[in-house]
Amino acid sequence: MTPHAWLLLGLYLFILLALVKPLGIYIANVMEGRSWALRVGGPIEAIIYRLGGVRKERTMGWLQYALALLLFNTLGVFAVYALQRLQLWLPLNPQQMANVGPDSAFNTAVSFVTNTNWQGYAGETTMGYLTQMLALTVQNFLSAATGIVVVIALIRGFARHTAQDIGNAWVDLTRVTLYVLLPLALIFAVFLVSQGAIQNFAPYQDVATLENATQTLAMGPVASQEAIKMIGTNGGGFFNANSAHPYENPTPLTNFFQMLSIFLIPGALCYTLGRMVGDTRQGWAVLAAMAIIFVVAAVAAIAFEQQGNPLFAAADVDQTASATQAGGNMEGKETRFGIADSGLFATLTTAASCGAVIAMHDSFTPLGGMVPLVMMQLGEVVFGGVGSGLYGMLVFAIMAVFIAGLMIGRTPEYLGKKIEAYEMKMTAIAILVTPLLVLGGTAIAVMTAAGQAGIFNPGPHGFSEVLYALTSAGNNNGSAFAGLSANTPFYNVMLAIAMWFGRLAVIMPVLAMAGSLAAKKRLVATAGTLPTHGPLFVTLLIGTVLLVGLLNYVPALALGPMVEHFMLWAGR
Amino acid sequence: MSRKTLALFDPTLVKPAIVDSFKKLDPRLQWRNPVMFVVYVGSILTTVLWAQALGGQGEAPASFILAVALWLWFTVLFANFAEALAEGRSKAQAAFLRGAKKTVVAKRLREPRYGTPVDLMSGTDLRRGDVVLVETGDMIPADGEVIEGVASVNESAITGESAPVIRESGGDFSAVTGGTTVLSDWIVVRVSVNPGEAFLDRMIAMVEGAKRQKTPNEIALTILLVALTIIFLGVTVTLLPYSIFGVAVAKAGSPVSITVLVALLVCLIPTTIAGLLSAIGVAGMSRMMQANVIATSGRAVEAAGDVDVLLLDKTGTITLGNRQAAAFLPAPGLTEHALADAAQLASLADETPEGRSIVVLAKQRFNLRERDIHALGATFIHFSAQTRMSGVNLDGRQIRKGSADAIRQYVEALEGGFPSPVTQTVNEVAGRGSTPLVVADGAKVLGVIELKDIVKGGIKERFTELRRMGIKTVMITGDNRLTAAAIAAEAGVDDFLAEATPEAKLALIRQHQAEGRLVAMTGDGTNDAPALAQADVAVAMNSGTQAAKEAGNMVDLDSNPTKLIEIVETGKQMLMTRGSLTTFSVANDIAKYFAIVPAAFVTTYPQLAALNVMGLASPASAILSAVIFNALIIIFLIPLALKGVKYRPLGAAVLLRRNLLIYGLGGVIVPFVGIKLIDMLISLAGWA
Repeated sequence: MTPHAWLLLGLYLFILLALVKPLGIYIANVMEGRSWALRVGGPIEAIIYRLGGVRKERTMGWLQYALALLLFNTLGVFAVYALQRLQLWLPLNPQQMANVGPDSAFNTAVSFVTNTNWQGYAGETTMGYLTQMLALTVQNFLSAATGIVVVIALIRGFARHTAQDIGNAWVDLTRVTLYVLLPLALIFAVFLVSQGAIQNFAPYQDVATLENATQTLAMGPVASQEAIKMIGTNGGGFFNANSAHPYENPTPLTNFFQMLSIFLIPGALCYTLGRMVGDTRQGWAVLAAMAIIFVVAAVAAIAFEQQGNPLFAAADVDQTASATQAGGNMEGKETRFGIADSGLFATLTTAASCGAVIAMHDSFTPLGGMVPLVMMQLGEVVFGGVGSGLYGMLVFAIMAVFIAGLMIGRTPEYLGKKIEAYEMKMTAIAILVTPLLVLGGTAIAVMTAAGQAGIFNPGPHGFSEVLYALTSAGNNNGSAFAGLSANTPFYNVMLAIAMWFGRLAVIMPVLAMAGSLAAKKRLVATAGTLPTHGPLFVTLLIGTVLLVGLLNYVPALALGPMVEHFMLWAGR
Repeated sequence: MSRKTLALFDPTLVKPAIVDSFKKLDPRLQWRNPVMFVVYVGSILTTVLWAQALGGQGEAPASFILAVALWLWFTVLFANFAEALAEGRSKAQAAFLRGAKKTVVAKRLREPRYGTPVDLMSGTDLRRGDVVLVETGDMIPADGEVIEGVASVNESAITGESAPVIRESGGDFSAVTGGTTVLSDWIVVRVSVNPGEAFLDRMIAMVEGAKRQKTPNEIALTILLVALTIIFLGVTVTLLPYSIFGVAVAKAGSPVSITVLVALLVCLIPTTIAGLLSAIGVAGMSRMMQANVIATSGRAVEAAGDVDVLLLDKTGTITLGNRQAAAFLPAPGLTEHALADAAQLASLADETPEGRSIVVLAKQRFNLRERDIHALGATFIHFSAQTRMSGVNLDGRQIRKGSADAIRQYVEALEGGFPSPVTQTVNEVAGRGSTPLVVADGAKVLGVIELKDIVKGGIKERFTELRRMGIKTVMITGDNRLTAAAIAAEAGVDDFLAEATPEAKLALIRQHQAEGRLVAMTGDGTNDAPALAQADVAVAMNSGTQAAKEAGNMVDLDSNPTKLIEIVETGKQMLMTRGSLTTFSVANDIAKYFAIVPAAFVTTYPQLAALNVMGLASPASAILSAVIFNALIIIFLIPLALKGVKYRPLGAAVLLRRNLLIYGLGGVIVPFVGIKLIDMLISLAGWA
């Protein structure tokens, strides 16, 4: 950790925490239907409801809410799939990109609908502008909105007293998109353009390089997609190089704000939680638990990368940081950003389920690369995806209070709601699904010829590549370790399955829990109630996340990055 | 009830428990505990692998597989043993209760009133609705209600309390229990239960666990444990392909054996808590029995741990049921001294606390010494249920003391008058919340003794304790606000409900519940029944009416209203024991990973030896040590499971920090030490 890295991390956290409260209040007001913005956008909202035949005063029970989201997401998959398969015959395709193959199109459709944004394809050689805008960018908004409305429904479950409904899915989706995501994306896109990100429908440009060779520069409506890619923790890049590409992420300033925008909504939603349940300390406690895990992980990632490669040291390569060089392990990193930004970005993008990258995670040192892997394996709850991070964390919180409640001799309760057998059943499903998808998927991949065919690197690193891909898909992160050629029918289908169930098989039990919690009485906190806002609870929550989240992956990690680390330092 | 309390590992309990541990290997019984069923299947699987290895086609040395298989069987047996031991204790209690169930000859009346002819029949043949006569010296043949007569009854067979109680028709003292004995007078009882439904039968059924169902929290915890088991099943099953792939790419070593994977699985799944879970539940019910409380269900016991508000009747709970003399208030024209003198004489042979307190007050006020009752040649008239007076006949004087109504009847029968100033004094005293006792000498009313409420010693401390537990106490009394406030302040309760009517009680409970609190209350009268039915935890006094007992979800055999505090503690203890052992069990996994993961894969990746932080001797001994630790820890924790984690009245946060440190941090550290020690023993003995 260089002084520069500390400064960067400190400044980042300071600005983030300053923004959490105002945005959190705004989101709470919008979702509770009493923000000033609703009066401004009222007419537009009314038109949307009229077109969709939505009656906004009609409330939904959890099952209806869940089915609405399922229908919405399924239609999304069909739309994205169709646009890719037909793009050659549709307008706004100056490069005449071919129709995408069925398995790749299916994978990408599921990927963008589930907020994973795993990309088996390379953007600039696969997707036409219309596909990028109408299929991918639209889903960037809608998948983010889906995540947010689910957590809002869960928060309502806690906040409401013996209620039969958890809101109206169509109204919630409309309002999140219209009043939260669109304005933020608009502001951010304009800022990106001001810094040099491109936004056009021009054909690709051929330019002469200094060596007099010809290079083709890809063009497109980049800034508009880039903004929501970060704000909605989607992470699917316009270009294959993702945020390492200068047209996506032109300057160190845009890089800083890209990093900030990843955690912006996930952080603000914690405040929204506190606000909606009527005790902001509850929100801060959850945020504190997330922030502590994140800081430790970020410091570890940066430190491992700055430490460099012992084999280079043996070859007398100077890897210390100085005024003239970054030092450390610079393999696979964008020189514009260096080690501190790359380590921080890698931790951020995997802590939140963003998946945008500015460096090759495959080229990280074994333990440096294990950090992003672990952040995803914790279940994407350290800030996590917009909405999904908080509902994931609340599932862990429910589990933590369950055990803690028993330990103090009371039927566990969280935020005034009793946690009983039904909630435990749903919690169990939510924490079961992802590890089983990841571990099972990895097992299938390493046992089949089709799976083994995609692995580039030998030994434990190859195993890490497969494990990373499945982890990324199952947890809806979407970042790639690279080093795995995943655009094959085998991986396209398997990862699509992992993404779909990793998303919806968690959303369903969470909404079921929201419904059952909403129907319960809100209990008052007494001296016998376990306080869930102090350092003790934060510690407990972190402990639960680490113990329950990580224990599942210890053997797999031992066989991948850990053994690779021991081998590297043993000089092999 | 004075029961023999058995030592934890009493030989009379251990021997049948060992036999039962083997009987419980029946797969139909094992299936009821999903986590232990996985261990059970693992034991069978490794045993088969061992047989295969004996045939020369083993995946590992036969001796190693045998050792793992044996310790897996031990794990199952240890869990069975814990459950059998807890059940054994309950059965011992049930056997004691059965001893109290004797065959009684019942005198069934042909008509439901006193004086009609009786048929002699066996008490066990009585049906609900039969009417029986019970006379002095008879044992009451079945539970029922007094419909005629008054009698003093010895209920020590049920309550352990030797002082007789009055049972009479109508009012709050009409319920009688089968197995208790009438000491004087007679009563006509209408039987209220059919054979097999009686109180004793219910107690026996409960402690025998015949009706034991899983409590809500136990169900929720089981779901969590099953979920963890499924995850770890996924973790271990997928390790085989990972290992095969690792061997293929590293071109070294051999894939991990099934035996090792089963060992890892059993170590990772929460066997410690799963093995002890049912023992904890049985032991909790058994502790309730020792406290002389019958709960209708485990659910009620568990709910007791969640109580936020405690409604307590003033009389008998907060104040001594018996009031004490505080003042002598003479009738006009009489001195206080004369009244005190007469009152003392009337109370000399009165051994009730009230009577003693009058003697004590007379001595304090006027230094009236206690006179030798035999030297006086006096005849004492004892309190009887009919006259409701007691007193003394001495030198032609007939001194009586009793309630205002009883004395009025008495003096009016002697053609005396009840002076109106005394009536006024009586009303004043009653208005203060005290009890007036009137003294008469023949037909002449001497005055009033004021009996005041005395707050029980130590009750204030108990309320402080409850406050620390987060429980609010509310005193319920029929007194007026002023009296209630004075006593409430003296006793240190948080709140009080004065001039309480049954409707007001019910409304108070509903109000607390609407605010999201869990309410507990005790009661004994028929007019308590609606409130008892509404409360979340309702403890009916055994001395109370049948209606009260049916409305409550627990019955306190000792009829001690402060018992509620013990009930709350037992409820909390049950949950705490489960929670603490779950934490311990999950925290154990860290050390087990450090033992097994390097051992399982070291042939493929020798570098993983770096994870062998405990420095275990060999892969085989490392795996075996983890499995042995996992089995032995169940045995070591049996005492804790049966006795329960000690409850301390501390705030929630303090309690959690404490238990997290002990069972969370302890759960991380203990297995490191334990596994290392076992490994040292194994390598010393040269077993692996």
